[in-house]
Amino acid sequence: MITTRALTKSFGSFTAVNKISLEIRQGEIYGFLGPNGSGKSTTIRMLCGILEPTSGSGVVLGYDLIREAEKIKRKIGYMSQKFSLYDDLTVYENLDFYAGLYGIAYRERKKRIGEMIEMALLKGRQNELAANLSSGWKQRLALGCAIISRPAILFLDEPTSGVSPTARRAFFKIIQQLAHENTTIMVTTHFMDEAERCYRIAFISEGSLIADDTPENLKNEVIKGVLAEVVHPDGLFMIDDLEKLPYVKECSNHGPALHVLLESPEAVKALNDYTGVEAKIIRPSLEDVFVYLAKKHRRRVS
Amino acid sequence: MGRILAILKKEFLQMGRDRLTLGMVFALPLFQLLLFGYAIQTEVKHIPTAVFDQSLSAESRDMLEAFSASGYFDVYHAAAGYTEITHLIDSGRVKVGIIFPPDFSQRLKQGDTAAVQVLVDASDSMSSNTAIATANAIGLLKSQQIFIQKTHQAGIPYDIRVRPWYNPDGITAYYMVPAILGIIVTMTMVMMTAAAIVRERERGTLEQLMVTPIKSYELMLGKIIPYIGLGYLQITVALLVGALIFQVPIRGSLLELYGLTLFFITASLGIGILISNIAKNQMQAFQMSFFVLLPSIMLSGFLFPREAMPLVIQYLSNIIPLTYYLVIIRGIVLKGIGFSYLVPQVVALIIFSVVLIAWSIIKFKKKIV
Repeated sequence: MITTRALTKSFGSFTAVNKISLEIRQGEIYGFLGPNGSGKSTTIRMLCGILEPTSGSGVVLGYDLIREAEKIKRKIGYMSQKFSLYDDLTVYENLDFYAGLYGIAYRERKKRIGEMIEMALLKGRQNELAANLSSGWKQRLALGCAIISRPAILFLDEPTSGVSPTARRAFFKIIQQLAHENTTIMVTTHFMDEAERCYRIAFISEGSLIADDTPENLKNEVIKGVLAEVVHPDGLFMIDDLEKLPYVKECSNHGPALHVLLESPEAVKALNDYTGVEAKIIRPSLEDVFVYLAKKHRRRVS
Repeated sequence: MGRILAILKKEFLQMGRDRLTLGMVFALPLFQLLLFGYAIQTEVKHIPTAVFDQSLSAESRDMLEAFSASGYFDVYHAAAGYTEITHLIDSGRVKVGIIFPPDFSQRLKQGDTAAVQVLVDASDSMSSNTAIATANAIGLLKSQQIFIQKTHQAGIPYDIRVRPWYNPDGITAYYMVPAILGIIVTMTMVMMTAAAIVRERERGTLEQLMVTPIKSYELMLGKIIPYIGLGYLQITVALLVGALIFQVPIRGSLLELYGLTLFFITASLGIGILISNIAKNQMQAFQMSFFVLLPSIMLSGFLFPREAMPLVIQYLSNIIPLTYYLVIIRGIVLKGIGFSYLVPQVVALIIFSVVLIAWSIIKFKKKIV
């Protein structure tokens, strides 16, 4: 569905996206993760055909990214973190507007808008102005506008930022349903629980793609060594000292606990002796993987 | 086509919910016309006048009577001396002082030239011009009468008969109201469309539009067409005010006026939409609109005759749509002429419309820079 080769975007001397090559298959939920300013939005905008790549190439739905951008636009949906709705139009009117833009036949329109309202849990609010909706509702209405044309690919740029956890969950449920119905979805997010639900995850840092795999594989294969969890009252102040120990590769804090990456299982005992508390060997979470990858990448760059 | 309809529908809905827009459509022509239609008077009448009559004769009274009968001089002050006259003019309480010498009537009776001194405050050129011209005319007229009596001629040798066509009574409102209408329409059209694209850019909805299959020309036309209706609505309000309150006669064909106005509206919208494509934000758009509108008002022939302008400025005023529209609307409303007399103006407005709108369509790119 989407293939890119060394896709690059520079703004003056700053390289926002650096030679990204990726492949997204039909019906996948493809998670795009990375810190703020790492180039996620820039990549998505290039794939949507609204930003010209500086170099590299890409094919979306069989169309060339640069030469056939307008053909791509007929078959994709896009939703940005800004929920670009018309505040002075009602829920129904916003949906009707996009239905018109995508040329949905009049006979079909009413039904399609009804479906979107149902999907977005906006029943009974059709005639409310978008301005009066809270962010969770706005988010789902924006999604409705993006998918009313039943796009083959849906691009979601941080769709869940600034939305309550319940609304987030409801939103992701819809996304999963869409993927189930064979829509390909590319989504950027900062939330690990959402990342877990993706079929594949790409991790991007400072414009470069540094990992691209299933969540399972990432958790199993990226981190070399043994991860131990240490719960210690002074944990926060021990990080620097722990990292200096010869058998410790890395150390980071996760709430009240420390996650310590050790060279080998044998080092657990030494760690227990040093801290005075019992460390527990754990399976790395996605968050561990990303903290690890980000640190590694930063070390390599500097 | 379907996509243009979608944009049209959306624009109409948004327009209907925007009180500022509706206010501009209805209140602007109403208030502006009432304000300027009454305020702007190029002809000065009832100039406050003082008189110092040293003759106190039937002849001096007769001459003074001629002054006040003209309607231009309101003689309401009889001064007792030169110093009083000077003081009255200095203080601004009167603008004209008429002084009859003591031997006024005596000289007339002897057949000599009798002088009347007319002092005029020329610090205001508009009223002083009128006062000077009228005073001279009264003098000539009165002299003529005496000559005719003396020579026992049937009439005067030359008789120049001036017929001021189209506006014989010189009513300023007849001349101003159609022009103000043009200004109101161009102002509203330019300002509203200037915000049209840039507002969507600011709100983030333009990016959303860019990922849809909409084409540049569809977006531009969809943005422009609703305002044509608005422009007509505004013109109707303005014409009603002009006809009902100022009794401006509409001598030509109303249908023709409405038809030819279309190209003025589209030219104005073209300016607006181009501004909207160039401006980075709404603030810039408003500044640019102002930059375009001010010369339109000053140079189009609305206030000052173009014939009086230096040649360079006359050329410059050729690139202002309002210049052409003033000829059209004054022509149809006051002169009662039709399309056949107005072809060059109409062609100019069509060229403006096509060039400006085409420029916007080419300029708008569905890309983020």
